[in-house]
Amino acid sequence: MPAVEVYSIHKSFKKVQALRDVSFFVKQGELYGFIGPDGAGKTTLFRILNTLLVPNKGNAVVLGLDVVKDYKQIRPKLGYMPGRFSLYHDLSVQENLEFFASVFGASISENYELVAPIYSQLEPFKNRYAGKLSGGMKQKLALSCALIHKPELLLLDEPTTGVDAVSRKEFWEMLGKLKQKGITIIVSTPYMDEAKLCDRVALIQDGSIMQIDTPANVVKSYDRKILGIKSSQTYRLLKVLKQYEWMHSVHPFGEYIHFTEKREQPDVQALQSFLVNQGIGDVIIKEIEPNIEDSFMALMKEEAAHE
Amino acid sequence: MKTLRFILKKEFLQIFRNKGMLPIIFVMPVIQLLVLSFAATYELKQVRFGLVDFDQSMASRELVSRLQSGGYFKLESAFFSIEKAKKELDNGSVKMILQIPSGLDKKLNEGNSAQVQILIDAVDGSTAGLIQSYMASIISDYNQEQQAGIFIRSSARQQMASINIIPSNWYNPDLDYITYMVPGIIVILVSMIGLFLSGMNVVREYEIGTIEQLNVTPIRKSEFMIGKLLPFWIIGMFDLCIGLALARFGFHIPFLGSLVTILIIAGIYLIVVQGLGLFISTITHTQQQAMFIAWFIMVVFVLMGGLFTPIESMPEWAQQLTMINPVAYFIEIMRMVLLKGAGWMEVYKAVLVLLAMGFGLMVLSINRYKKTS
Repeated sequence: MPAVEVYSIHKSFKKVQALRDVSFFVKQGELYGFIGPDGAGKTTLFRILNTLLVPNKGNAVVLGLDVVKDYKQIRPKLGYMPGRFSLYHDLSVQENLEFFASVFGASISENYELVAPIYSQLEPFKNRYAGKLSGGMKQKLALSCALIHKPELLLLDEPTTGVDAVSRKEFWEMLGKLKQKGITIIVSTPYMDEAKLCDRVALIQDGSIMQIDTPANVVKSYDRKILGIKSSQTYRLLKVLKQYEWMHSVHPFGEYIHFTEKREQPDVQALQSFLVNQGIGDVIIKEIEPNIEDSFMALMKEEAAHE
Repeated sequence: MKTLRFILKKEFLQIFRNKGMLPIIFVMPVIQLLVLSFAATYELKQVRFGLVDFDQSMASRELVSRLQSGGYFKLESAFFSIEKAKKELDNGSVKMILQIPSGLDKKLNEGNSAQVQILIDAVDGSTAGLIQSYMASIISDYNQEQQAGIFIRSSARQQMASINIIPSNWYNPDLDYITYMVPGIIVILVSMIGLFLSGMNVVREYEIGTIEQLNVTPIRKSEFMIGKLLPFWIIGMFDLCIGLALARFGFHIPFLGSLVTILIIAGIYLIVVQGLGLFISTITHTQQQAMFIAWFIMVVFVLMGGLFTPIESMPEWAQQLTMINPVAYFIEIMRMVLLKGAGWMEVYKAVLVLLAMGFGLMVLSINRYKKTS
């Protein structure tokens, strides 16, 4: 039995269509990622899965239970971490954890083992008010609170947004450990680099899923050759590249600009002389491996072209 | 039940950890009772007045000294022209002018009627009314004495047929304003705790986003609601007891009725105002919105609840509106039970209305609060 089955769900609010015809399956014990920009519909989807929202059309089955009919049975089996920090600022770390354990009829001691890898880092601050914690520690506390009743499924809505790079890395390492304990995890993130840590990812934009695959396959399905181009005049380079006749896409990516041509086989020589003619002499052009972000950008562009 | 215990524990932890809350619970009732009871008084004291005495006689001097002897009026200055006196009235340094025309003494001695003129600053209508009635009663006292004097002197044994009104003020024999006000102020106190605090507490969960996390827990709607209401119900009752103790031992308000009756009705009343607060919380999403609406309702309820102005003197439509004003019911009940010693038979109708209101508001707001949307 899959942990989550979603069949063509639609959800619209007054004027906005937040989700259109969304379907997917998540296997037991899978670490499943939703990748998409802000406003893609990730939070709406999560709130349907955690029974807080009712879809307009379609149905969703979580752990074998219907999200609309059986919401009462689903809730104790879920761990949900909203995108916004939603714990009590005026309760201490320990009081927050105790409260969320107790309302699920659990206790810290009986599930301590499960949260130990995360909570042990917080224990030195267990008497500190949650509102006084740093961003990274808040996320760890929120994860502990979502885990303390030993859920079968974890729903993490943008858990690492606004968290420093070191804490983000630690956080994902913990998700890996939880996965090993057999907990199914669905996570959403706007960060492409986190996508490759998932077993499978769904690329979502404007309320529809564009592609679902393993991170490696998502990258593999990207069929264009990518050129990385670097110059001291990045801004001018961007402008000039956009005027090139064979230009297909241009995206700045750190120090390199990722560039694709309309032709199957890009002509590096021709491009170089075009740039030199335009007055950009110090260019470095090299072929690079596409990453998941390139796939995402390309898919987004295709979608836009369809509409 | 076990869950409810955890929720209550958490609520009390948060309430007592809130630095603003303790003064509200312990200091507010005392300050409100002391300040309002002493300051919001309708009694006249030392009203400054100007005198224009064209008679300068024994009779006129006697009238003026009578005015001042009661402590209600104080002679600010005497003028020799009415224009000068009016100027003082205009700039507010006197509230009233007493003008005595020449010939007062003579007319009275001859047994004729005489007139004096009183000019009152009526910007504050109710004070002006009070000045007028105080003046009327002082002058009529004076009148009677004068007449008695005339009878003796003229020894005319004519029988004057007259009806004497001898008022007897029941339930508040000294017409003590504080006795009238304190029960009402205690009601306001309890209303504020009930209306503001619990509703605000629910909205706070929305504002900081914790409602998201709570809604996915197996906490039942009823448990959540009771968890929000019960702590402030207890605090409201506690403040009521402080208020009643102050009224009894500080202000020496008579407690003619049963204290148990008061406590039971207050318990019902608190559910009504808490239900209203809860309802406000279901139609707002920030504490600011909730606060504003609660204040608006509170001001209307208090001003139309018969605390300061009697409901009987309101226009017909306003009297009808008080039918849905829980504050009006409870003020009425408090005064009846405390000052008149009313029992269940006298107040049961009002209590039934309160019960119906409380039940209706609770059902309404619990239905509006949804764990899913």
